[in-house]
Amino acid sequence: MAKLMKRKELEQHLQDLDGFSKPKILLEQYETRAHIAACMLHTIESAYGDLCQKTVLDLGCGCSVLGVGSVLLGASYVLGVDIDEEALQISNSNINQFELNEVDLLHADVKILPLILGDNKKFDTVVMNPPFGTKHNKGLDSLFLEIGLQCLSDKGVLYSLHKSSTRDYFHRKAPSWKVDARVLAELRYDLPATYKFHNKTSVDIEVDFWRFEKKN
Amino acid sequence: MKLLTHNILTSKCLKGVTVGYPLGIVAKEVKVNEVEFNPEFISRMIQKVDWPALCKAAENLGHLDDLPPAVVEDYENNEEFLKKAHHFLMEIEVINGDLVCPETGRKFPVTDGIPNMLANEDEV
Repeated sequence: MAKLMKRKELEQHLQDLDGFSKPKILLEQYETRAHIAACMLHTIESAYGDLCQKTVLDLGCGCSVLGVGSVLLGASYVLGVDIDEEALQISNSNINQFELNEVDLLHADVKILPLILGDNKKFDTVVMNPPFGTKHNKGLDSLFLEIGLQCLSDKGVLYSLHKSSTRDYFHRKAPSWKVDARVLAELRYDLPATYKFHNKTSVDIEVDFWRFEKKN
Repeated sequence: MKLLTHNILTSKCLKGVTVGYPLGIVAKEVKVNEVEFNPEFISRMIQKVDWPALCKAAENLGHLDDLPPAVVEDYENNEEFLKKAHHFLMEIEVINGDLVCPETGRKFPVTDGIPNMLANEDEV
């Protein structure tokens, strides 16, 4: 089996990916920055082995930073799902840039994804950096989690980023979702002034890196 | 869109559809890639895929002759079978065309390899 790529090398590769040229506020589009994506993905594989030879669902894939990174760390099949056609075009370009053959994309609304995926067709691992559920999107972060968990096979695992301010809420929700929930790390998520209403040049948000494992 | 992806898609998101599987494929452009063969991964996928649906997809693409009609016994050790499964699941890609709901005939377009399964408000 090939040796696991070093985190720094992964980060350098991911820096070459294109982000959103015209991000849409209503969809809360921010690409996952190379540093945070590399930290996430490297932990997922080196600590838990949840990428290599696995089937991976990148939910709300945007420009597919997480999807591409998953393949670089050994995922055998990645499906990236997003509602936005332009994001998927950027994804396609990123995937072709790296000449990857393991990633497929699906243009769909995450809300009805469990109805689109057949009952037995579930994934080993879900990775996501979902909308944080701000402004007009309240509750979207929680919805993405619920949907992601429905797309997992029995022993599947879901990795996600959420604002630290929601930590207690998700810990309380975990038992009803029948999952073991753990915050693996707290990260500072730097958002450069993507949208006109951001007053500072960049804003640091405290973000939790979560691992949810389905209980039997 | 790989046939592995086609194998997991249904049109159950549409109102009035009971099964919605498998989706028909009308392909206008198909590409064949070379994808690294991973026997362990393919063995695991063979357990999960719907083989008759894969055969239907191969038939829609005019490639049915090459695909064995059923999963053979002891497939894990049958490299020829695994390689054929790998070729169909991972190497054949529909670039442009339509997926068709078997119950309503509703078409879901595939463009640049990406199936569009967005439905209108009145359809779900």
